[in-house]
Amino acid sequence: MQNPYLPYPVRIDDITIETEDKNLKTFRFVFLNPEDENKFDYQAGQFAELSVTGKGEIPIGIASSPTEKGFVMFTVNKVGLVSSHLHAMQAGDIMGIRGPLGNWYPWEQLEGKNVVIIGGGFAFTTLRSSIIYMLDPANRSRFKDIHVIYGARSPGMLLYWDELSQWEKRDDINMHITVDGTDDPNWKYNTGFVPTITEQKAPPADKDTYAIICGPPIMIKFTQPVLDKLGYSHDKIIMSLENRMKCGIGMCGRCNIGEQFVCKDGPVFTLEQLNQTPKEY
Amino acid sequence: MKIVKIDKKTWAAGIEKLTASYRLFGPVKEGDFHNFKELGSGEAPDLDCLNTRLSAKAIIYPQSENMFEYSLDESREDHHILKEVDTDYSPRAVIGIRPCDAKAFELVGLNFDTSEYKDPYWIKAREATTLIGLACSSPGSNCFCTTAGCGPFHEDGLDALVVDTGDHFLAKILTEKGEQLFAAAGWKQEAKAAGKQIEALKQEAEAKIASSVNTDNLSALDTTQLYNASFWEDVSFSCINCGTCTFVCPTCWCFDIQDETHGNSGVRMRNWDSCMYPLFTLHGTGHNPRGTKLHRVRQRFMHKLKYYVDKYDAGIQCVGCGRCVRSCPVNIDIRRVCELMNSFDSEKDTCAA
Ligand SMILES: Cc1cc2nc3c(=O)[nH]c(=O)nc-3n(C[C@H](O)[C@H](O)[C@H](O)COP(=O)(O)OP(=O)(O)OC[C@H]3O[C@@H](n4cnc5c(N)ncnc54)[C@H](O)[C@@H]3O)c2cc1C
Ligand code: SF4
Ligand code: SF4
Ligand code: FES
Repeated sequence: MQNPYLPYPVRIDDITIETEDKNLKTFRFVFLNPEDENKFDYQAGQFAELSVTGKGEIPIGIASSPTEKGFVMFTVNKVGLVSSHLHAMQAGDIMGIRGPLGNWYPWEQLEGKNVVIIGGGFAFTTLRSSIIYMLDPANRSRFKDIHVIYGARSPGMLLYWDELSQWEKRDDINMHITVDGTDDPNWKYNTGFVPTITEQKAPPADKDTYAIICGPPIMIKFTQPVLDKLGYSHDKIIMSLENRMKCGIGMCGRCNIGEQFVCKDGPVFTLEQLNQTPKEY
Repeated sequence: MKIVKIDKKTWAAGIEKLTASYRLFGPVKEGDFHNFKELGSGEAPDLDCLNTRLSAKAIIYPQSENMFEYSLDESREDHHILKEVDTDYSPRAVIGIRPCDAKAFELVGLNFDTSEYKDPYWIKAREATTLIGLACSSPGSNCFCTTAGCGPFHEDGLDALVVDTGDHFLAKILTEKGEQLFAAAGWKQEAKAAGKQIEALKQEAEAKIASSVNTDNLSALDTTQLYNASFWEDVSFSCINCGTCTFVCPTCWCFDIQDETHGNSGVRMRNWDSCMYPLFTLHGTGHNPRGTKLHRVRQRFMHKLKYYVDKYDAGIQCVGCGRCVRSCPVNIDIRRVCELMNSFDSEKDTCAA
């Protein structure tokens, strides 16, 4: 019987500091047993449990894309026990990854559609995975227009800056980067909160346009009315939830919203689905 | 199905024989209460026990259980790599489990044994276990099993059901595992015609169950309306979130996972947890989606009486053992809450949002 709690052993290959406050780091992992990489067969939008031996596990969205081979990547905010220990670890250290877990963004349904990605703060991780996935030469033609609205407090708090500026230059993706505010006179992108920029830049609703939203509760709270105003129907608004987790496979009982488990039936839900569940997230 | 008659004089000798091939568990008196314990040699299950204070769930699903072990010693090849622990899954048998506790394993199995994921710890322990039930001839005053999908002679989950007729035992052998255990104990005197007698005793026992719940309307109710019902305030008012109800319950299965390190080595273990505790759902950011006791009490009852009902179509997640009713320090009673839920009418609910 396969043990769904047993992590694959991995080695930290590289660590990058992502933000000016140094609270977010990106970890690249390589599987110790190369065949485990094939078993860890994931889709953009899924998450995994990062297992820091002796400290515990934390659920983290997979930031690398299934089109990127040879490693997996996660961006972790320093919050409490496990994430702080992870931040203190070094390249070369051994730990574990368990997954992939949960469902993913509905890629088959999104085929032939316009995709509007709306992200805020450090909840951009699985959105990065999604963008890399859609921009892959083998996939780009499967989707129509791609819009990305991504905001952070300040320029130094935006994740994946090098990639963002490269995507800015491409003509097959419409980038709308924004910051709440900046004193940098050379800032050439938007200034303003994500909901405001969404109202200005998001394409109008139509039957072929889907929005994927990922961000802090406050951003989601104020972006949803904007999408309503723009006419997006709730079955076309896709969200990824976070709840405290342990098992990640629907067994330990803590992450449910109604009869659904965020870890197993989610984390991706449409707003239409969420309207029918207790709001315990 | 085979019925075997056991002369009470051969009971103790049969139990003793079983110790050669099984680890035996049974109810024994500890202080003022009975609990399940692994039986030492010469120790017999106490069949006069009405029911144990804690359920039998720990025999298959221990309150604390090691999952993996690890070493942090970097001079070792396998440092920081988790390895499965050796657990004893040799055959074990529970003698004298009540039908409600056996049925509870069936309900809990729907959580641990799914088509997508299998919990190897629970499943291996369940497979290793033979359950020999003892029918309840004089049920307790808080028992409401007959309306909770169970009953004093209920057979689901059991490998054999033993009925005390007064001067001897009659046992219905229900499964292959039951067959094997009876062979090992040397109990083999068939009592072909005893079926009627068991049936009569069963009806007599069922008639003694004085307490009941209505559950017929639960699945038809709208989840969010029920969630927003005004009675939750009143239901949860006196709860102190002690978690007793979930710990004594045979059908509660929630757990936590923790690493425990001593020096350079340690274990990843799981421990029973409870939806009654604020920490159960607290995010690292301080946000808590079930931040008040109203949320938590509502979660317990909604899970047992609505979410579970909708998810599995296998009745309520309660076997009516009455333990939570008996043990709650503030007398919160699932039968009353079930009635409020089952008779809920959103039109008439005064302050539902
Ligand atoms: C599907 C999903 C994807 C996520 N993706 C990311 C990501 O890409 N980057 C990132 O930085 N964070 C992400 N998080 C949040 C991250 O899991 C928590 O910040 C982290 O668990 C905090 O753990 P800790 O041990 O540092 O904190 P502590 O507060 O010490 O937490 C103790 C334990 O509680 C649990 N826990 C606490 N908070 C959360 C939470 N918000 N969500 C789930 N479990 C929690 C964990 O088991 C943790 O080990 C995600 C959460 C979920 C559910
Ligand atoms: S036993 Fe009673 S007081 Fe304790 S958590 Fe359960 S309902 Fe609340
Ligand atoms: S909810 Fe109460 S009555 Fe029902 S099985 Fe659990 S402890 Fe027994
Ligand atoms: S994390 Fe255990 S049930 Fe979802």
